[in-house]
Amino acid sequence: MSTYINNFLKYRPLLNELTVRDIKTRYRRSVMGVLWSLLNPLCTMIVLSIVFSNLFKSDIENFPLYIMAGQVVFNFYSEATSNSMNAIIGNSSLIKKAYIPKYLFVLSRIMSSLVNLMASFAAFIGIMLVLRAEMHYTIVLAFIPIAFTTVFSAGVGLILAAYAVKFRDLIHIYGVFITALLYLTPIIYPMSMLPDTIRKVVLLNPLTNMVNMFRDVAINGLLPGWQSILIATAECAVVMIIGLYAFYKKQDSFILNI
Amino acid sequence: MENTIIEVNDVSIRFNLERERVNSLKEYLIRSIKGTIEYDEFWALRNVSFRLNRGDSLGLIGLNGCGKSTMLKVIAGVLKPTGGEVKVNGSIAPLIELGAGFDFDLTAKENVFLNGAILGYSKKQMLEHYDGIVEFSELEEFMDVPVKNFSSGMLSRLAFAIATIGKPDILIVDEVLSVGDFRFQQKCESRIQSMMKEDTTILFVSHSIEQVKMLCNKAVWLEKGHVKMLGDVEDVCSAYECS
Repeated sequence: MSTYINNFLKYRPLLNELTVRDIKTRYRRSVMGVLWSLLNPLCTMIVLSIVFSNLFKSDIENFPLYIMAGQVVFNFYSEATSNSMNAIIGNSSLIKKAYIPKYLFVLSRIMSSLVNLMASFAAFIGIMLVLRAEMHYTIVLAFIPIAFTTVFSAGVGLILAAYAVKFRDLIHIYGVFITALLYLTPIIYPMSMLPDTIRKVVLLNPLTNMVNMFRDVAINGLLPGWQSILIATAECAVVMIIGLYAFYKKQDSFILNI
Repeated sequence: MENTIIEVNDVSIRFNLERERVNSLKEYLIRSIKGTIEYDEFWALRNVSFRLNRGDSLGLIGLNGCGKSTMLKVIAGVLKPTGGEVKVNGSIAPLIELGAGFDFDLTAKENVFLNGAILGYSKKQMLEHYDGIVEFSELEEFMDVPVKNFSSGMLSRLAFAIATIGKPDILIVDEVLSVGDFRFQQKCESRIQSMMKEDTTILFVSHSIEQVKMLCNKAVWLEKGHVKMLGDVEDVCSAYECS
């Protein structure tokens, strides 16, 4: 175990460099540069909120904010996992030439998505101010659902990265899956709208719990319940263990398939 | 034992060459149920053993496809051997092949820090070495240019300058010296020789027997994955040239 930790410490500067690279190359040659990571979520959030708050009339106070809060979490999950999936394939030239702990590539993608999440969270707070929504002190606890989503995404990302190397179909399948998942998570509709059977399915989705937790602390001024914290911890632990195991088993064969 | 820096014990590498590349999940499932996934076995290395002491420099020679680069990859930890084991007591600076560690959209300066981190150096250490790298590669005016605009000679100069910073215990040089002009080749050779004086072990792959003779004291001649001859550089090289 200690050799793993030492190894990680040795390569920590690389994790920083890789994360910075991911962010830099994404916006290279665009006039507004990194500002896009703020503007992009801001614009999409506004568009979706206008469309869906008119489509679904609901009893939820400040429905546009409800939609945006959901998007902050969901977009992070979607971006982090999709980017992680390509982490090994995208860095194939490096993996072929130098020894680097391979999980670093996945981790760097998670980290750069986390930076983007910070930007979209800032955009979200900006919108709250513009809408003159009530600010609750519980918003400082937003790091709890964000931490859960991060660990959960990392676990899923490791699984995807490990298998996408051999089965490139996964990349295409996952794109469809993410779209389906968007509708199975209460982002653009209120939970109260759902019929009972579908409601059960939506509640089984691990992201539902994390999205709701984020909404509770960010806009409803509620503390996260113990129950949902326990469930989220268990889900994160299970996904992370599976992810690490799958990645560990597969990592030596990456070089043969990239 | 202290003196042994690399120990290669009975290393074999097998590649499964898939006759038809099965790349989709559906195909893979159907074929594995039917049991029709066929592989051609290919042994890139077979029972290779040698041992190097600190300060030795080893030249690997042989025809194309004899397993030289595969051997280096096993030592660098990129490939895991199918059988046998490699023990390395020290830090390795692989002289990564042209541009492999570079991100072509980043500037030369950014790539210096990225590549330094790949070799396991911290940002602080890299700041100390930065001026030396710029000076050695002679690219002062180009450090803020994205490396996609670099020529191959410029790339190899930068790559060589980065890989040879600090005092790595082992330096792996895989035919990189064949690019770059005559003057820069000499500069690289003298840098390698000064590193050897400081007890760095060099693993050198080249098709130029002249260079191998000049830089190495030991040599391995590989043929189709087997060790054909191992020993003093003069003996091995002359036998190789006569063949």
